[in-house]
Amino acid sequence: MPQKNYHWVITSNHLLEGDAIWLDHYGNWTKQPESARVFFEKNDAEKMLQNVDKDRHIHVGAYLAESETGDSQSFQPLHTREKIRTVGPSNYFHGKQANQ
Amino acid sequence: MYIYNEFDHTFVRSRVKEFRSQVERRISGALTEDEFKPLRLKNGLYLQLHAYMLRVAIPYGTLNSRQMRQLAYIADTWDKGYGHFTTRQNIQFNWPRLADVPDILDTLADVSMHAIQTSGNCIRNVTADHFAGAAADEIEDPRKTAELLRQWSTDHPEFQYLPRKFKIAVTGSPNDRAVTRAHDIGIRTITNQNGDIGYEITIGGGLGRTPMIGKVVRDYLPKDDLLPYIEAILRVYNLYGRRDNKYKARIKILVHETGVETLKNQIEEEFVTSRANFPGIEPTLAKTIHDSFLPPKYLSESSSSFDNKVSLDPVFRDWAVTNTAPHRKPGYTIVTVSLKPIGGTPGDANSTQMNTIADIAEQHGHDEIRISHEQNIILPHIPLSRLPEVYTKLNYAGLGAANAGLISDIIACPGMDYCALATARSIPVAQEITRRFDELRLEKKIGSIKIKISGCINACGHHHVGDIGILGLDRAGVENYQVTLGGDASENARIGERAGPGFSYENLIPALERLLEAYLKLRLNDKEVFGQCYRRLGSEPFRRALYPKNFSATA
Repeated sequence: MPQKNYHWVITSNHLLEGDAIWLDHYGNWTKQPESARVFFEKNDAEKMLQNVDKDRHIHVGAYLAESETGDSQSFQPLHTREKIRTVGPSNYFHGKQANQ
Repeated sequence: MYIYNEFDHTFVRSRVKEFRSQVERRISGALTEDEFKPLRLKNGLYLQLHAYMLRVAIPYGTLNSRQMRQLAYIADTWDKGYGHFTTRQNIQFNWPRLADVPDILDTLADVSMHAIQTSGNCIRNVTADHFAGAAADEIEDPRKTAELLRQWSTDHPEFQYLPRKFKIAVTGSPNDRAVTRAHDIGIRTITNQNGDIGYEITIGGGLGRTPMIGKVVRDYLPKDDLLPYIEAILRVYNLYGRRDNKYKARIKILVHETGVETLKNQIEEEFVTSRANFPGIEPTLAKTIHDSFLPPKYLSESSSSFDNKVSLDPVFRDWAVTNTAPHRKPGYTIVTVSLKPIGGTPGDANSTQMNTIADIAEQHGHDEIRISHEQNIILPHIPLSRLPEVYTKLNYAGLGAANAGLISDIIACPGMDYCALATARSIPVAQEITRRFDELRLEKKIGSIKIKISGCINACGHHHVGDIGILGLDRAGVENYQVTLGGDASENARIGERAGPGFSYENLIPALERLLEAYLKLRLNDKEVFGQCYRRLGSEPFRRALYPKNFSATA
């Protein structure tokens, strides 16, 4: 079976609130996952990840998260963990789902 | 309970002040995260999936009403109106903002509480039997021992950078309700042939990725030797424990690799020195601790109101049978307040519920509250005469679930809904189990059973020692659940056996339904609980139920 290709986003947690954030198309951090920039090449995402080091007073622990490929250019989390980060916990209406 | 003296107050306040400065420096950019992270962890502050999480120590699970109200106040003021009680008798707040944490810690300090040593490679919150001081089967209140260990281990300079975290549990009863055999050090209060009270000491118990049952290193340790002996264990571990691999750094691996006899000799050798250098416990301190855990001034009230209520109200009777335990004092009972309503999150209590518990404890329960490792709240000293009123108040606050020890009384870690380490969700699994078996009306029929769920291999949900253990794993980004059977958390502790391939989230509950339907058919009678039935028959009939022919379990 051919290996599936993924797209990528850069994500982190906000220093003050601790909530999930993503790097947007303008190189800023956004709290809205739908505004996340999707990288089609992992190399591009990795290079950008090095750059966000300068923002360490804004965020904590940036990393790459896999996104489903498809026609949509918006972030579609591949892993359940990342899906939960975009929505919030399933037992209470808290987190992102409550802020939208 | 133990009341902080001036030294304790000064120490805790100074730590808050220090942490406030560290938070300010982190926010200003003067500290990097690499520099700040170990500092925040030393103060119980984690960063999880959606927010920071503050873990607050509840020493040996004991609280009074004032402390409980303060936790409710913190939940309302800086969090989202609730707290999560954990399997280590702590409470976790899931939504604090970084800048608010010093204020939270100051508020905790107002009621002699803190978050120190709730993280990091140090001696963590010492846990104890949640029926301490009340249980009918108790030899001695284990909190005296736990408080001594708490004072000794807090900020102990030699043991702040151990190879890995270190957990100690104490039970004062032969019936082990503190899971001592799954701790780095387990302390069981016993009496010797002369009737003297002492301890049996086990080391090297633990769950996680390498589950092990603790091994006895001392059959009988005189009480006066406790601190030098524990110090000897810690010193040997600190010296020989592996620091090259965090997954092999717990003392259980040292026991496994070195052999318990060799390690025992090393501990005894070290003990000669530590005992010789031990000046003994200062008499004033010994008296203070002793006096802090004296029994309350029991009331003598007629239990006729209880007797009437029991005879007239079957709902109350059902709850009283399920959620109370024998008390050492006639006319009294121990109440387990279930934090496991059907469809609820195990271990969560909202601020209204916390205040209700505080009010009940103050008005009817000698101002004593305990948190159990099973994520329930205990009211240890309730006169039977007051039980009807206590039940009414609990029920009104949504705390009247009559399910202690039954299938819906599930231990579950926060799992991937909150925890950055988790590989699968735990909470929705617990919620679904409770809903399903409530729909089936099978809870009472199944009877006593322990289901324990962990959302990752670290096993905060104690899945290894559940009758049915559920471990959530990640299989290529998708949740997958392994089932273990036959675990036991009691004095007869044993690690459960993996039943077979894991189940998808969707297939797990139907599999458990088949398993428990099989148990109902297999058991000799309704007195043979799941664990007994499993040990009598072995795993095969239960595995057959989980994996019937043509069943397509996902590996």
